[in-house]
Amino acid sequence: MSTQRTTGRRKQAVAAAAVVAALLSTAACGGGNDDKDGGSKSGAAGFNAANNKVAQASLAKKGGTLKFASAQDADSWDTTRGYYGFMWNFSRYYSRQLVTNNAEAGADGAKVTPDLASSTAKISDDGKTYTYTLRDGITWEDGKPITSKDVKYGIERVWAQDVLSGGPIYLQQVLDPKKTYKGPYKDKSADKLGLKAVETPDDKTIVFKLPEANSDFEEMLALTSASPVRQDKDTKSKYGLKPFSSGPYKFQSYTPNKNLTLVRNTEWKQSSDPVRKAYPDKITINFFTNANDLDQRLINGDYDLDLAQTGLSPQGRTTALKQHKENLDNPVSGYIRYAVFPQSVKPFDNEHCRKAVIYGADHESLQTARGGPVAGGDIGTNMLPPSVPGSEGQKYDPYESATTNKNGNVAKAKEELKACGKPNGFKTTIAVRNNKPVEVATAESLQASLKKIGVTVDIDQFDGAQTTGIIGSPSNVKKKGYGIIIMGWGPDFPSVQGYGLPLWSGDYILESGNNNFALIKEKAIDGLFKSYTKELDDAKKADIAKQINHKVMEGGYYLPFVFEKFINWRSSRLANVYTTDGYSGQYDFVNLGLKK
Amino acid sequence: MTELSKSGAAVGEPVKDSPAPSAFLEVRDLKVHFPTDDGLVKSVDGLTFSLEKGKTLGIVGESGSGKSVTSLGIMGLHTAGQYGKRKAQISGEIWLDGTELLSADPDYVRKLRGREMAMIFQDPLSALHPYYTIGQQIVEAYRIHHKVDKKTARRRAVEMLDRVGIPQPDKRVDSYPHEFSGGMRQRAMIAMSLVNNPELLIADEPTTALDVTVQAQILDLIRDLQKEFGSAVIVITHDLGVVAELSDDILVMYGGRCIERGPAEKVFYEPKHPYTWGLLGSMPRLDRDQTERLIPVKGSPPSLINLPSGCAFNPRCAYADVPKDNVTRTVRPELSVVGSQHWAACHMTQEQRERIWTEEIAPKL
Amino acid sequence: MARGPAAGPRAVLAYLIRRLFAAAVMLVVIILVVFGIFFLVPRWAGVDPATMFVGKQADPAAIEAVRQKLGLADPIFAQVWEFFRGLFVGRTYSGGGDVTECAAPCFGYSFRSEQAIWPVLTDRFPVTLALALGAAVLWLLFGVAAGVLSALKRGSLWDRGAMIVALGGVSLPIYFTGLLSLAIFSYGLGWIDGQYVPLEESFSGWFGGMILPWVTLAFLYAAMYARITRATMLEVLGEDYIRTARAKGLTEPVVIGKHAMRSTMTPILTMLGMDLGALIGGAILTETTFSLPGLGQAVLKAISDKDLPIILGVTLITSLAVIVANLLVDLLYAVIDPRVRLS
Repeated sequence: MSTQRTTGRRKQAVAAAAVVAALLSTAACGGGNDDKDGGSKSGAAGFNAANNKVAQASLAKKGGTLKFASAQDADSWDTTRGYYGFMWNFSRYYSRQLVTNNAEAGADGAKVTPDLASSTAKISDDGKTYTYTLRDGITWEDGKPITSKDVKYGIERVWAQDVLSGGPIYLQQVLDPKKTYKGPYKDKSADKLGLKAVETPDDKTIVFKLPEANSDFEEMLALTSASPVRQDKDTKSKYGLKPFSSGPYKFQSYTPNKNLTLVRNTEWKQSSDPVRKAYPDKITINFFTNANDLDQRLINGDYDLDLAQTGLSPQGRTTALKQHKENLDNPVSGYIRYAVFPQSVKPFDNEHCRKAVIYGADHESLQTARGGPVAGGDIGTNMLPPSVPGSEGQKYDPYESATTNKNGNVAKAKEELKACGKPNGFKTTIAVRNNKPVEVATAESLQASLKKIGVTVDIDQFDGAQTTGIIGSPSNVKKKGYGIIIMGWGPDFPSVQGYGLPLWSGDYILESGNNNFALIKEKAIDGLFKSYTKELDDAKKADIAKQINHKVMEGGYYLPFVFEKFINWRSSRLANVYTTDGYSGQYDFVNLGLKK
Repeated sequence: MTELSKSGAAVGEPVKDSPAPSAFLEVRDLKVHFPTDDGLVKSVDGLTFSLEKGKTLGIVGESGSGKSVTSLGIMGLHTAGQYGKRKAQISGEIWLDGTELLSADPDYVRKLRGREMAMIFQDPLSALHPYYTIGQQIVEAYRIHHKVDKKTARRRAVEMLDRVGIPQPDKRVDSYPHEFSGGMRQRAMIAMSLVNNPELLIADEPTTALDVTVQAQILDLIRDLQKEFGSAVIVITHDLGVVAELSDDILVMYGGRCIERGPAEKVFYEPKHPYTWGLLGSMPRLDRDQTERLIPVKGSPPSLINLPSGCAFNPRCAYADVPKDNVTRTVRPELSVVGSQHWAACHMTQEQRERIWTEEIAPKL
Repeated sequence: MARGPAAGPRAVLAYLIRRLFAAAVMLVVIILVVFGIFFLVPRWAGVDPATMFVGKQADPAAIEAVRQKLGLADPIFAQVWEFFRGLFVGRTYSGGGDVTECAAPCFGYSFRSEQAIWPVLTDRFPVTLALALGAAVLWLLFGVAAGVLSALKRGSLWDRGAMIVALGGVSLPIYFTGLLSLAIFSYGLGWIDGQYVPLEESFSGWFGGMILPWVTLAFLYAAMYARITRATMLEVLGEDYIRTARAKGLTEPVVIGKHAMRSTMTPILTMLGMDLGALIGGAILTETTFSLPGLGQAVLKAISDKDLPIILGVTLITSLAVIVANLLVDLLYAVIDPRVRLS
């Protein structure tokens, strides 16, 4: 989803982790005023006061300017094209969907709730037909009503990948897996609404006909890429520079990498929108190029929060923990940071060699390299993020990474090496993105601990901007001999499908842009994904997710480092602030308010 | 007190604590010392002479003998603008037209520079500012001392250029130094020096950087101008021939001191110091082949930090052992009368010198 | 013997034409090099540039579509040709039913944000120019003054102190001094906000945002200029014509301020021209440290985004700036130093 902003050097990351741990343990007794809505002297709600719960809801007032700061602009503000997590979160200011993530803290925020639609879908018994009726009073920023045809047109834009590249393509994969439709720009029909799988019998009704059932379909409709777009306002590739608003705010000005200002969309009616509170009058984003400067200005109170929501930089973190702990939350990000073993590179075709590395790794030092338990996250013991239904968290720990073996188990690792036929170890290469100092630090940590079991590794830092082309190409991975790839992954939507399908499904091994780095092609896993898409019952879905997770872990394809956590800043001016699993532990932007 | 030579250029014995002298320029016991990391460089160490208006004094010596330092000392250029460097230590007296300059207000001395006393430098290409036209530089020199508008000053510059023999002066006034030939540049330099009718003109090696043919023209020019303006002139050179042509009196310097002085024809035709003999011998003459040089001055100039003891010239002197008791190497010879208005600093007796001159030196010259 | 004036108007014109022609050739070469770096290097490394512009789940068809749209499928010379044509007559982008007219001077569209490059350049150029010029005024004032004083008081406490500060200024990275100045004046004392505000919004805000970058950048350059000024001034003070100036009876302020300064300024102006030219494209660190929306920041972002059109646009503009600056320096040099003839 989002890319992580990391600054500072490798060693600093490790040092900073120690500082953070020390600061938190000392401050635990004295700091952090946790009374319910009062907050500390500064007015801030207190440490972790907004983590999975709503802080200072009653203090939110209409009006004011909510100020975001960011070291990173969105990949695109076009609803069809954005893929960054903060973009999906922020896009709810100016776009609405049939259904959207619940405006609730924590896990409840990951559930879908009606938005433009008057209720969630009426789903046919075979799970292949989804019908929605639009509610009344929903309007575009020029006052015209939003129709089912606008919704269909917006969804059709996903098919125009040649013009509108970059966004998620789940809808295309589910509604038109054979790609028979060529997108609205090549649509020969007069109204450009030629996508057969979506029907709009009238302006208020929209019907989706899936060739095959997919139990996460409604989750996919909650993605920003399912937002309505009005055909006469579609500026195609330029749409991201000024999207036409269906939400409570509209674009006033936007200069990429400089600033963005949203003002109220006066045509939007509160009564038509059960989700968005729309407290501030104005929302601004200022883009920074100096992450330290950005953090300082957050701490100084010049801005309210970081748009990217990827945590403070090590320096800023230290200052903030020391002086302004009550302004911090420490949410789980939904990301898992891990090492993955491509089976195409010997000896990782042998699962015993993979497991030898898992046993041999010092999980605690990897966690430290990631930033420690607070800024880095809990030791990762399996591959299902805590926000995804079916997750067992650290309770499922097949390699005892967080307990017995947290500093590595040399004996066990040697045993596995013997089973693999490499009793004296072997040589391999770790591939790591050069623009992520923390990942380079973890690579070095892994290198050190593997030395103890006789596995010698070279570290190859590759251009982090070219991930898709370098490690996304299995032939290149094989050629370069990348036996270990260090990466991270977060869910596009909180389900095993939204997280694991591209990583673990044999159907997702691609020549380029591949994410199934381990080249997993297990019938059992593919079968479980198939049955998952047909299962409509939530409890059973969670159970299948659990099984998939177990299968992946049993194969020894992954060495998880951490269930990632961030330390995020919220200004003392913010009210009605809470983190939500709907957006991977970010604050729910659209309902943030300011105190008066 | 001061004795006047027949030519009128006073060459007196050093006189201390005397009132203002009657001569136009009188230098008394001038010492210019420069402190350096290696020690005190005594560039000029007790120099005395005087000069009347309308007369010319030639100061001769090798490079490093102190002649240029003397001229800069008179102009007050050792103290002006010597930023940060260790300051030159100057003592003695310099009387110009009744005023002692070393003890005078520096700004008073500055006002004298260019107006009362002017200087012609050795290399006119480097001595003229490359970024300003000849005219601008002459105009500037004129306007410091005369409150006139630019137009008037420019007319004056053209007039001066014309006077020093530069053709088309009204055009060449706008040329830059690099657009002039060497001789023309020196003429321009002279024009600039004389623009304020100075009473004292110091020409420091005025012809060294020039072609031989041009040298004569420039010397003629200086002589003519002196007659016309009636200034006192000091010509500094290492070339005895130049001063012989131009000067009334000659002062020979060695190691920061005067070792012989007297009327020009005396010093030239009856020199009394072995060093002067050497200078004469090494003088290029048109009537003689250069390879026949008789008494070239062997060796190199002395260190000004540690002058040889005794006579500073003794390590290079072919006759150092002529005087008895090794006195040349232990006792510093003082100037003594060797003739009418003629002094030399040498331990040899009059007779010894006469004999060597007539028997060994003169025939070979 | 007599030579004409150094540079008549006709000589200057001929010189200008020659230089502009050379500049045009240079720009073409630069464009070719940038194209080459962008397209050939990834190919050697076995990476398809198109993969950098697709989403997380890119299927081959989407990658092919992007390749078509960005024109990456065409031969490189066709792409270069299209680029040049766009500069002078504009061009039309079409792909996947999306047609965009791009009027001359067309620098293309950003691969990332889809904005037209020309407005990006015109929007950001003034920021960089203001940064460079403002800093230049400061460093000239302080650097040259400090250098002259040091030269005149050579060996003094002032001289040694100033040269130590200058050494510090030269060796400390902008990133460090920039953050330090922010920490002191902005976060610490709170005297200055230190954030960029467009000039048209508020002059005081703009000034407040620019002052720290100016001072930081000027500190680095003032240090260099002080050292150069000192060395040049010392050299000039030893020149014969300075002695001549004194021998004329000029006062010291005139000797230093007029005669010595004129010569000292020649190398300094040469340096200034080069530095200003380079700064237009090279104030990356300063712009990054202070989040100034200038060209340097844009190109840094574009490099990490592999956004070729922006890289090309900024490279062209900055190359042009460097060439123009050099040209101005040469002309100015001929004006200052009559010995220099334009040839």
